[in-house]
Amino acid sequence: MKQLASNEKVLMKGNEALAEAAIQAGCRHFFGYPITPQTEVAAYMAKRMPKIGGTYLQAESEVAAINMVYGAAAAGVRAMTSSSSPGISLKTEGISYLAGADLPALIVNVQRGSPGLGGIQPSQADYWQATKAPGHGDLHILVFAPSTIQEMVDMVFDAFELADTYRMPAMILADGMLGQMMEPISFPEKQVKQFDKFSWASCGHQGKRSHNVVNSLYLKPEQLEQMIQDRFQRYAEIQEKHTQWEEYLVEDADLVVVAYGATSRIVRSAINTARNQDYKVGMIRPKTLWPYPTKAIQQAAQHVKGFLSVEMSMGQMVDDVRLAVNGKVPVSFFGHTGGVVPTPAEVLAEIKKLLGGNQ
Amino acid sequence: MAVVYQRPKALVDIPTHYCPGCTHGIIHKLVAETIDELAIEGRTIGIAPVGCAVMAYDYFACDMVEAAHGRAPAIATGIKRSLPDSVVFTYQGDGDLAAIGTAETVHSATRGENITIIFVNNGIYGMTGGQMAPTTLPGMVTQTTPYGRDVSTAGFPVRVCEMLSTLSGVAYAERVAVNNVPNIRKAKAAIKKAFTCQIEKKGFSIVEILSTCPTNWGLTPLEALKWLEENMIPYYPLGVYADRTEKGVRGE
Repeated sequence: MKQLASNEKVLMKGNEALAEAAIQAGCRHFFGYPITPQTEVAAYMAKRMPKIGGTYLQAESEVAAINMVYGAAAAGVRAMTSSSSPGISLKTEGISYLAGADLPALIVNVQRGSPGLGGIQPSQADYWQATKAPGHGDLHILVFAPSTIQEMVDMVFDAFELADTYRMPAMILADGMLGQMMEPISFPEKQVKQFDKFSWASCGHQGKRSHNVVNSLYLKPEQLEQMIQDRFQRYAEIQEKHTQWEEYLVEDADLVVVAYGATSRIVRSAINTARNQDYKVGMIRPKTLWPYPTKAIQQAAQHVKGFLSVEMSMGQMVDDVRLAVNGKVPVSFFGHTGGVVPTPAEVLAEIKKLLGGNQ
Repeated sequence: MAVVYQRPKALVDIPTHYCPGCTHGIIHKLVAETIDELAIEGRTIGIAPVGCAVMAYDYFACDMVEAAHGRAPAIATGIKRSLPDSVVFTYQGDGDLAAIGTAETVHSATRGENITIIFVNNGIYGMTGGQMAPTTLPGMVTQTTPYGRDVSTAGFPVRVCEMLSTLSGVAYAERVAVNNVPNIRKAKAAIKKAFTCQIEKKGFSIVEILSTCPTNWGLTPLEALKWLEENMIPYYPLGVYADRTEKGVRGE
């Protein structure tokens, strides 16, 4: 696309904006496999990458695509892949290897209805997978949950930078709604931070150092345990420094709705209507799902009467809300799944039900 | 005194974990000699498989990457596309390459990736204790074919070079063996040709090397070499199956 002037806005589809953001964040290697509703990411990359000396490669499978990302990341370049729910399941092997070999990479999941082949409408039913088990083993990946296309663009920059800083995979957990909708956006004019990876990458030693090995195999249990413990120290630092969330009208709230991604937009509408009717309701919106804003929820639990988690699933994130609240006040859930999107009216009704008569 | 023979520089001077009489050692040496002779160690990146050669990453002195089972050609693709002037090789066994990694093998070949695959075919899963491989011969006894491989239920062995030779992206495919000195010398020449093919960006290259597994075949090293000659070579004929190294697969 043409270079935009400062503050200039452009109307873009979510998937395409995400792809352009990745390019502007310095990613020149994209490996993918077609799947609805993320295909425009690949199509955009296929159009743009050859023109800027980058690589777009359509792999034979999601398994191959994530391993191509593993290879590119091992060689020391910024690399990414994108897919949707069923395809992400195939990538989980590679994600575990990326985590185990301390490799930075970006994985995009534009979620659709599941399980199995499921459907192709928006869903948030991969929350557990993204935050609890993105691959086999003791590991975490960074998980960003944008609620607008602008935020998705900004998060792509953050995701690459944090992935490189901590040498770990990062995921943008979007959904079919964010991928397919259009919004005006601008691209951040920030200098992309450069990382020198020669000391650890397998990029050819050029006779300047002994050989590097990018690897996740440690046959001595004590050594493997030590590697994992070191990684968990980095995870603790990330939880401390890089947890992101938004609080909306929480200060005087009796009820706090917890919602992320596209669902949070519906919740915000419902809250605005409820406030006009004097219901004291607010929202905590996690922007990172790992690390999770546990402390923000704990803090709110000191003064609210209850929490409501609203999701496009049968209730997955609500587990983390309950863990944070730890029984202090009631936590309830409302949601739709399978590609059905909750309406503001439904959320409003749920808020009213929980708060009883006018507050 | 003149040095007439020494350990290749591209091999790290440490003991390997391979069983006595296993031919992985010979094949490692041939690859390392090739890297030395072409003076490419500084820009070479090797990919180790899952299988007996899993710890090859400790033995080669070039930069190395350990792959998930069967995924080495995809990882090689990612590296080569990122660093087009590097020399990238995978070192894979039969289960890794021709069972769990068949898709990655076939598609890196048909894309004509400028990578080199060193494919060690000994007809058995060695690391896990001797189970049937995709290349286990009909009638061959393994832990999971205790009555011999019955093709009516377990199917037929995969002839990898023959299969890949039909793909337009394959610049060079040769099957060799390491059962005697003349064949070892031919294997060396094939490996060097495959690496050269890659350096000249002619396309995908693979050298299939018939190899032994005395431990899981239940034979002495010498008996194993004889068994290879009498049983494997007839089923897997040696020779060049594709040679498009003159013009390259893209005719450039």
